[in-house]
Amino acid sequence: MPDYAWPDQEHRTLIGKRITRVDSPVKVSGQAKYTYDVHRPGMLYGKVLRCPYAHAKVVSIDTSAAERMPGVKAVEIVQKPNANIHWAGDDVVAVAAVDEPTAEDAIRAIQVEYQKLPHLVSDAEPPQGATQEEGPLSMNDIDDLLDNQVPNRQIVEKIQQYGVTEKPTEDKLKSFKSSGANDAVLNALREATVHPEAASRPKSNYEKAAAQTVGDPDKAMAEAEVVSEGLYGVPVITHCCLESHGTISEWPDADHLLTHISTQNVSGIPGQMAEPLAIPASNIHVHQDHVGGGFGSKFSPDRWGIFTAQISKKAQGKPVRIMLERDAELEVAGARPSAYARVKVGAKRDGTLVAWQSESWGTGGPGGGGMPPIPYVFTIPHQRKEHTAIRNNIGPARAWRAPNHPQAAVLTMCALDDLAAKLNMDPVEFFGKNLDITKPRQDIYREELGIAANLMGWNEKWHPRAQNRSGNITRGVGLSLHTWGGRGHNSDCDLTLHPDGSVDLKLGSQDLGTGTRTCILIVAADTLGVPMDAIQLEIGDTTYPPSGGSGGSTTIGGVSSSTRRAAVDARDLLFAKVAPTLDAQPDQLECVNGRVGVKGDSHRSLSWKEACAKLGAMPITVRGTNPDRTKPPDLTNSGVGGVQMAEVEVDTDTGIVKVEKMVAVQDCGLVIDLKTAESQCYGALIMGISYSLFEEKVMDPTTGRMLNANLEFYRLAGFNDIPELVVHMMTGKGYDERGVIGLGEPPVVSPGAAISNAVANAIGVRVPFLPLTPDRVLAALGQKAGA
Amino acid sequence: MRPFEYVSPTTKAQAVSLLGASWGGTEILAGGTDLLALMKDDIVSPKRLVNIKNIRDLRGISSSPQGLRMGALTTLADLADDAGIKKNYPALAEAAIEAASPQIRNMATLAGNLCQRPRCWYFRNGFGLLPKDETGNELVADGDNRYHAILGNEGPAKFVSPSTIVPVLIAYEAKIRLEGPKGKRELPLEKFFVIPKSENEREHDLGPNEIVTEVVVPPVPNAKIAHYEIRQKDVFDWPLAVAAVALKMQGSNVESARIVMGYVAPVPWMSPEAEQALTAQPLDQETAQKAAEAAVKDAKPLSHNEYKVQLARVAVKRAILKAASGGAA
Ligand SMILES: Cc1cc2nc3c(=O)[nH]c(=O)nc-3n(C[C@H](O)[C@H](O)[C@H](O)COP(=O)(O)OP(=O)(O)OC[C@H]3O[C@@H](n4cnc5c(N)ncnc54)[C@H](O)[C@@H]3O)c2cc1C
Ligand code: SF4
Repeated sequence: MPDYAWPDQEHRTLIGKRITRVDSPVKVSGQAKYTYDVHRPGMLYGKVLRCPYAHAKVVSIDTSAAERMPGVKAVEIVQKPNANIHWAGDDVVAVAAVDEPTAEDAIRAIQVEYQKLPHLVSDAEPPQGATQEEGPLSMNDIDDLLDNQVPNRQIVEKIQQYGVTEKPTEDKLKSFKSSGANDAVLNALREATVHPEAASRPKSNYEKAAAQTVGDPDKAMAEAEVVSEGLYGVPVITHCCLESHGTISEWPDADHLLTHISTQNVSGIPGQMAEPLAIPASNIHVHQDHVGGGFGSKFSPDRWGIFTAQISKKAQGKPVRIMLERDAELEVAGARPSAYARVKVGAKRDGTLVAWQSESWGTGGPGGGGMPPIPYVFTIPHQRKEHTAIRNNIGPARAWRAPNHPQAAVLTMCALDDLAAKLNMDPVEFFGKNLDITKPRQDIYREELGIAANLMGWNEKWHPRAQNRSGNITRGVGLSLHTWGGRGHNSDCDLTLHPDGSVDLKLGSQDLGTGTRTCILIVAADTLGVPMDAIQLEIGDTTYPPSGGSGGSTTIGGVSSSTRRAAVDARDLLFAKVAPTLDAQPDQLECVNGRVGVKGDSHRSLSWKEACAKLGAMPITVRGTNPDRTKPPDLTNSGVGGVQMAEVEVDTDTGIVKVEKMVAVQDCGLVIDLKTAESQCYGALIMGISYSLFEEKVMDPTTGRMLNANLEFYRLAGFNDIPELVVHMMTGKGYDERGVIGLGEPPVVSPGAAISNAVANAIGVRVPFLPLTPDRVLAALGQKAGA
Repeated sequence: MRPFEYVSPTTKAQAVSLLGASWGGTEILAGGTDLLALMKDDIVSPKRLVNIKNIRDLRGISSSPQGLRMGALTTLADLADDAGIKKNYPALAEAAIEAASPQIRNMATLAGNLCQRPRCWYFRNGFGLLPKDETGNELVADGDNRYHAILGNEGPAKFVSPSTIVPVLIAYEAKIRLEGPKGKRELPLEKFFVIPKSENEREHDLGPNEIVTEVVVPPVPNAKIAHYEIRQKDVFDWPLAVAAVALKMQGSNVESARIVMGYVAPVPWMSPEAEQALTAQPLDQETAQKAAEAAVKDAKPLSHNEYKVQLARVAVKRAILKAASGGAA
């Protein structure tokens, strides 16, 4: 059996080194082509008419004037009369025209009559008495869930948990199917328990899930020697991808679609487009070279991806481009759910955590949403948790880098930090003391906490809350812990050795800017003993073997494992061909530094080119796969820790917070490229500073519209907002042998909590909600002054 | 694209004759950093654009014993770079360099800066300058007004005056010169800004067929002058409060003061109360604090912007203390 295991430290030539990403030159020189840059011959420009109301019913649509306009090539009604619209900016009609201005004029010429319906865009604490227990679903509820693009998996869970109010007819099931329900949903509906009596329940925007308890929270809280109570929260923010969502789609013939799409999920796109377009997935060709950000919001072709293809078909298959405008990108292309909670935590006088109680709420838009995983990281022995989901009209939520974890970190780590303050304990000591209940990662956290404290200079910087003030400028430090899974996804790749010595490697993966290309090349080159630039890597196309979507920190584990298996198999095939020439057995051979030779005998070797010439006339191609039980060991793993610390400076007169330094200590198993791994953490810290200080989707209560759907008032951190960032990757014994684990999400989890805790340390009082803007900081200080 | 006519006159008189007698039909195009965004967002849709960049008389900066003259087309970058301004009016150069970004400063003109439209997010989202819903309720009062006015906000106008250059120009006692069909006029700059009471009024004392031709500033003042901005982000962010002060001294006491706040009211807000509080006082923490308190004494915050009262107070106090310690950095 070939040895697929990762080479140990002595036998790695590239893996784990600090290697510059291979696509830097094309990116910094502007040669890298993003979907946004794709301009196809004869391309038409699409524009979308969007609903101006947060909740409305379409009464009538008149597109005749638009259709008559010169230059307009096709008009597609996306939501027909009678459709219910649940958020402002939702797409109603699309047009394709010869240029952008004509398309815009056509949009303006369309008449839509709406019946406005009452909306809710607030996610403030549910008013007393407004909440409703979740219950059986009516057929309208199912329609709404589908309209609102709630994932099928969640719909199934709801149906199984609560049942339905009536048995759906086959016609009804068919209509659900056409609105996006998969077979699992249809089956769940067929098998659901029917509660006809629940049909008359009035509908509320506030749905309270059943309380979850562990142990005996009341008793434990009553017996706790110290109890801290607080209010914490994180608002809805957007993904704000710098390259907006969109596609350029065309039909080379009546049955084949070519689509350029900005996506995190190249291989997964055809399967999602096939049914709505009524063609086989194998007839859909997807291509993407580079993507300008996704952060969890670009897994699906989206409704706009589907209607772009449909409108192209109407326009004789000509390429049609619809990329969202900046305002639409912020309004409709993804939001991170909010989460707020009133938390009570109890501990013994020595700091041992005993009880947790939380009443949380938040919104994921029209679909409501779930409770973040609280208490986070720490399995407090006694818990009671109640959560109310707010269904409102702010637009649908999407997975945002480490879904639900940054929220959970704020709700938990801020509450624990307040408890530490109440106990008068240094948070490093307090968190350290409770690491026993972070199993199975207590040792990792302990090591990381120590390293982080050193790198931050914590002992010199920490002071009991607000005891370090002189004048209006005050400093503080805070910390947070996090965790994530990160096992590698399914990934296939084809590696070909050519008799002339060239090597190519193909897989339908994508590089989100994380360094995926670089890491694939590192693994292949390290295994084959050739330089990285000797390998021709092709990704981003559905003609290559399928590889999973880049989400959940699953890419690096997936692509590195499939690449390793392919490269080992290719190498061993080459050894078999070369062995007779070198008068050796294949298992005596090695390939290093571009030569294939006998281990320990430098006289018996061939150059890589000479060796490949032994392959014969035809190239050989091998397929690498992950997971692959037939080719052990498992090369990827799951479960990481991570500790972050922040230092801030606050001007207590203006409430302006500046982050002065951040430290991220992160493990992720075997690091393939130290440099791009560190870059992931730097990027995550920057994104974290941005959502901690600035980002918020601001909704107007009256009009139901987003007020800051631009980059002027949807603030993002800029250069001056980024302080000294220190990243330390955990490597070596205890980490390397775990195999490869993903890193995209974990480092973005903690900044909110760490920065909020640093501010509390600096000013002596908790600012309950992110972002930590002057108004919130001054309000908290005012409260303290008044108290 | 909404079609429009584009004209590019070379004299002031031609420009005036090409402008319409009422708002809506024509707009003056200078650097375009504000106007083009407004047009793309469908907030203003002129039928004719009058480009004034080819009018040579509107250019240039000149200093003389009579003072400083800045043509309407002077860019913010020019203001920041001009040796004479840096030497004699350093607070103006500082205000200019802090505005916007280098790319915008290279395009943005002084007159455009004075005439730029409010950044109110209701206005910019197309709900009007004095935004109301169908039933006549004021959107700003009922909505998210965290960035809106705390002074001068009793009427329907709740936006804040957007220029960060204007307060310091007013502190320098600048005058604005205009030319229209009825000839030329000159006003103290503070009089150029008005609070509109109905949707068809604008926030400037500017006729639809008038153009701003230049801004003049009296000779180098014998006063301590400073400008202070509070922005959440250091660079490229809209301020939350701005203050500019000019303090004429007699010995170690203030003889008279000019105190102007920006971003607090629909117009640049002069505070006679604060000026009064400083008059005949020495300059120290305590008097600065008193003046700052006086400046916001009449503030009436809306539902979400009480914090701006504190920020305005801090801006005034810090501007006074900055002036006391020598002004612009
Ligand atoms: C991202 C960004 C950040 C910014 N930050 C700041 C800041 O920090 N501080 C600040 O003060 N400003 C800031 N601005 C505003 C900027 O200074 C103005 O947009 C600019 O000064 C306008 O000048 P312009 O020549 O481009 O005017 P235009 O866009 O051409 O015109 C603006 C308005 O003035 C009118 N107008 C122009 N010239 C005349 C004239 N001679 N007579 C009569 N009317 C005229 C136009 O008709 C139009 O209504 C910022 C702008 C942007 C886009
Ligand atoms: S990146 Fe900045 S400077 Fe460049 S075009 Fe965009 S806004 Fe302008």
